[in-house]
Amino acid sequence: MSLTRTDVEGIAHLARLAITDSELPVYVDSLSKIFSFVEQLNGADIDAVEPMAHPLAGQTQRMRPDVVDDSDRHEKYQRNAARVEAGLYLVPKVIE
Amino acid sequence: MTELHHLTLAQLAAGLQKRQFSSVEVTRHFLDRIERLNPALNAMITVSGQQALAAAALADKKLDAGNAGVLTGMPIVHKDIFCTDGVLTTCGSRMLSNFVAPYDATVVAKLSQAGVIALGKANMDEFAMGSSNETSFYGPVKNPWDLAKVPGGSSGGSAAAVAARLAPAATGTDTGGSIRQPAALTSLTGIKPTYGRVSRYGMIAFASSLDQAGTLTYTAQDAALLLHAMAGFDPRDSTSVDVPVPDYSATLEQPLAGMKIGLLKEFFEQGLDEANAKLVRDALKIYESLGAKLIDVSLPNLPLSVPTYYVVAPAECSSNLSRFDGVRFGHRCENPVDLMDLYKRSRGEGFGAEVKRRIMTGTYVLSAGYYDAYYLRAQKVRRLITDDFARAFAGVDVLMGPTSPTPAFDIGAKVDDPVTMYLNDIYTIGANLAGLPAMSIPCGFLGGLPVGLQIIGPHFAEAKLLNVAHIFQRETDWHERIPEAYR
Repeated sequence: MSLTRTDVEGIAHLARLAITDSELPVYVDSLSKIFSFVEQLNGADIDAVEPMAHPLAGQTQRMRPDVVDDSDRHEKYQRNAARVEAGLYLVPKVIE
Repeated sequence: MTELHHLTLAQLAAGLQKRQFSSVEVTRHFLDRIERLNPALNAMITVSGQQALAAAALADKKLDAGNAGVLTGMPIVHKDIFCTDGVLTTCGSRMLSNFVAPYDATVVAKLSQAGVIALGKANMDEFAMGSSNETSFYGPVKNPWDLAKVPGGSSGGSAAAVAARLAPAATGTDTGGSIRQPAALTSLTGIKPTYGRVSRYGMIAFASSLDQAGTLTYTAQDAALLLHAMAGFDPRDSTSVDVPVPDYSATLEQPLAGMKIGLLKEFFEQGLDEANAKLVRDALKIYESLGAKLIDVSLPNLPLSVPTYYVVAPAECSSNLSRFDGVRFGHRCENPVDLMDLYKRSRGEGFGAEVKRRIMTGTYVLSAGYYDAYYLRAQKVRRLITDDFARAFAGVDVLMGPTSPTPAFDIGAKVDDPVTMYLNDIYTIGANLAGLPAMSIPCGFLGGLPVGLQIIGPHFAEAKLLNVAHIFQRETDWHERIPEAYR
């Protein structure tokens, strides 16, 4: 399987990744190799096989009661943000 | 004279309890070694010497007062994937090169409660994506057995640090072999427990249905001590399993007579170097001499593990890493013109080449029109592989085979071809797909480079694996070898 530049540009957009012109051919080549490699899976007989999402049989993800079990630590968390004002995260203007 | 860095965790623990040396002395000894020897290895990203010495002084008070636990005062290093409150936590990425974790991962908190001292944070492949520790934003880690070789990955910094005796043990994580393969390439004992055995809370996520934390140590006895303190139910991890943690140290000496060992036929047929295979067969002969029975076992779908993994893991990675958006934490690009530009450039600059490759692989296999052909198909093959393992364990107690197809390879040898690099994990990925506990233990040397024996068990059979590994280590001394420059 072989991807085109346009395919990879489309994937990069979906993944919200800026890819430079010099990086693009490297990804066209390596992603094509990876998708060719995983084509081996087409040989497996998967009729009537249930997809497996959790490695332990019968385990499901637990729910917990919807109660507050933590204190307000937003100031500590926001120390890692690039731009914060009045407890809010700042981003470029979204609505004109 | 025996130096402190020649002692196992169990020996250090005994010496600390008997007050033959203090935790401050031990901690200072390893900090000195890190300062002196790490620059050539690049095994550490952050060293937290002051905090470590302060914690060691507190540990000594407890030890003096006689109310210390078995691990009180023991220094170790954490893989830089575990969040550590107030300490830089980078995950080997430029994206998190400015991230000071605001809380402790459960693994870190539990070990800290047990009195363990954190010396610092170990280098790793970026977001744990790699098998050679060459994808780190902080540069490649060198193998203490030969500085021109890789230490394996992704827990390569943890492995190099312990192998070079910069710390007596380290934490690691294993999504496709990231504890076992570096353990094999550096002559250490590495264990990846059952999925759900150790909490993933605060462990930066790569592929959530595969990620599991474990340890890198000299011996199985040390792994038993450390794993016992790390394992257990955690309400903060929705996939943590509420099964009691046995005392792994209590069953180490159980005799192996009558035990059934399955030899994975596919492992010996697929891409294994003949000299490497001989060392593994020699190890199996030792088990036979101890009364174990060797039984050939075939897992017909096992050869599909690597392609299955390289659909499932990137899919989960693309989802998990969508949280890095340049808004709340992590790298943000300069002067974004709009929100889309902020997302795209922050992520394009913050992630390295391999991480971007995996995000794009995952994005593609989950995208409309390709989901069934790739992701759903891989999830079905994952069940076939898991069912193969379950059938095998109906007839044998453990499975054995090689950990890695070759010993450590040259730095730079495989970086240009991702598929060749992915095949390093050909023997380790199966256990992750099936959620099984698995270990690697040293079983010899090839051209001066270590080789590992892999042991895989049924779900929650960690005690059996550690027992099987410990008995082997009583009969052999591969695990006691130290690279010459680090003795």
